[in-house]
Amino acid sequence: MRIVVAVKQVPDTAEVRIDEERGTLIREGVPSILNPFDEYALEEAMKWRDELGGTVTVITMGPPQAEAVLREAVSMGADEAVLLSDRAFAGADTWATSHTLAKAVEKIGDVDIVMTGKQAIDGDTAQTGPSIAASLDWPQVTFVGSVRELNGDSMVAERYVEGGCEVIRSSLPVVITVLKDANTPRLPSLRGKMKSRKIEIPVWGREDLDLPESEVGLDGSPTRVVKITTPESTSNGEIHHGEPEDLAKLLVDSLLGSEVF
Amino acid sequence: MASIEVRKDTCVGCGICVPACPFGAITMEDSLAVISDECTLCGACESSCSFGAIIIRTGEAGGTEIDQYSGILVLAEQRDGIIDHSTLELLGEARRLAEADGSSVSVILLTEKAGNRPAELISCGADTVYLAEDTQLKHFRTEPFSKITERLITEKKPAVVLAAATTTGRDLMPRIAKNLNTGLTADCTELSIDTESGGLLQTRPAFGGNILATIVCSDTRPQMATVRPRVMKAMDPDETRTGAIEKIELQPDDLASRTEVLEFKPLDEGEVDITEAEVIVAGGRGLKAPENFDILHELANLLDGSIGASRAAIDAGWVSYPHQVGQTGKTVQPKTYIACGISGAVQHRVGMQSADLILAVNKDETAPIFEFCDVGFVGDLFEIIPFVIKEIKRRRK
Repeated sequence: MRIVVAVKQVPDTAEVRIDEERGTLIREGVPSILNPFDEYALEEAMKWRDELGGTVTVITMGPPQAEAVLREAVSMGADEAVLLSDRAFAGADTWATSHTLAKAVEKIGDVDIVMTGKQAIDGDTAQTGPSIAASLDWPQVTFVGSVRELNGDSMVAERYVEGGCEVIRSSLPVVITVLKDANTPRLPSLRGKMKSRKIEIPVWGREDLDLPESEVGLDGSPTRVVKITTPESTSNGEIHHGEPEDLAKLLVDSLLGSEVF
Repeated sequence: MASIEVRKDTCVGCGICVPACPFGAITMEDSLAVISDECTLCGACESSCSFGAIIIRTGEAGGTEIDQYSGILVLAEQRDGIIDHSTLELLGEARRLAEADGSSVSVILLTEKAGNRPAELISCGADTVYLAEDTQLKHFRTEPFSKITERLITEKKPAVVLAAATTTGRDLMPRIAKNLNTGLTADCTELSIDTESGGLLQTRPAFGGNILATIVCSDTRPQMATVRPRVMKAMDPDETRTGAIEKIELQPDDLASRTEVLEFKPLDEGEVDITEAEVIVAGGRGLKAPENFDILHELANLLDGSIGASRAAIDAGWVSYPHQVGQTGKTVQPKTYIACGISGAVQHRVGMQSADLILAVNKDETAPIFEFCDVGFVGDLFEIIPFVIKEIKRRRK
């Protein structure tokens, strides 16, 4: 079984603060982390590798420093890693990103499953997974809570949707995007940490993937950000102190004003 | 290859672009903006610069002839023959956008049996309903739905395609956009037409809700967006509206699929999908133990609501994951959200800040939740909530 896990290095959005005066993000000192949802995808991939044998290859597209998340994934147990990095990849939206990742999956070759987190916590688009599937012309199963069965030619997974859960069978190869509920990601092992320090991580650029300039980075991106603003602050609520019984009455008063009472 | 350039003769060294960069890629050196490799060419600095000193150059534009595209197409969503409310919201929003430039609104409905649904879609804003009926279209499946929709888009050339940002829309739209080589913006909370270019301005939260980004798709068509449910307003149905119903001829391999739905397991009896709840009573770390959720359940039952929880309560194993509200859980938009013993960290906030009314009970008056709730109560929830339950029962008598 050859599984590729596509991961992303993201800023820890929990640490992002707003400069109230300027209304902008303060990025200074904000650490970069492995996208939390991708950890669940990685764990799901490694769980099945441990059961069936095979390899787990992690890939990411990003600047040279994105290599850090690949080393982290190796320390957790991934077998191989490839960094897709090229100045020409900068400014990629989900179309160009998925296009580049799909090319890398083709170059790796004989891949049975591509797994990725349901979304990245910086962009929150959840678009890259299904777009990789479209690029490869593979089937896709998104919002997967767990992979129930996996063998050489098919897979059964639980897909969480509004109002319930679909049990879906798919032929291989397939792209799946994984939710948090799937598993508990393992911690880095000592052996993994040693491997992550030594492993050679190849860097593939645009030419290695045989992609024209018009299909990568900003040039290959149909969408473009034209404005960034900060949401209006909503902090003009009333705050009450007092005896519990009085507070409870006030709370019920606020409910009365709404339609739910 | 795309590039970014600071024009040395135009840059006055004002430094406004430095904080405008969401990636911290700009520094000032000798009164000149210098852009590092951290830059992702997102364009935030370009629009922040009042002097036009920062320029992003792109390669040649795509080859779509954008003038041939007009009108708005909405992807209808249905379950068991009932049109999802999010579809009606999209039609309402599409109607408003269409009024701005006099274009038309169409909707594609793929279903087992349409019945009276096309009329319902017309009364809620559609001018044309494109309809395909087949027993195999009873449940959503990615491949048939994307294939049929892609062909319709190629034939009809709508300028804008909208779907709800549900698990269906977010599964289907990226596949269609990739195959049609066009742009897609996820989970929009605001749409408008740019009066200058006629293009669609698509605004969405990013970075955990810390910023709002406005995105355009200027050189390719259609301009595609998924739209967050419960943000846009549906029209009041107008039975006098008229419209056309056009059948889609299915091709032999339209229904082929490499995935099959073996089973649908609805949520357990009495369990509500919290994304559809009108009232949510949520608990966090302050609940201290799983059995303490009993009083929240009692309050939720009284108000016909559902139970939500912060990540702390989920990770402690007090409540199951489907109830988690926030960044790694669900985004909810109830009418009323009662946060009990929840500090209100940004990861939780992004999942519930669009509730109409946010009430918060917390012992710690410095908790961040008090900075954005509508009404806050500083005190011990174990004392306050039992009184709330008693008070509701008393007033209802």
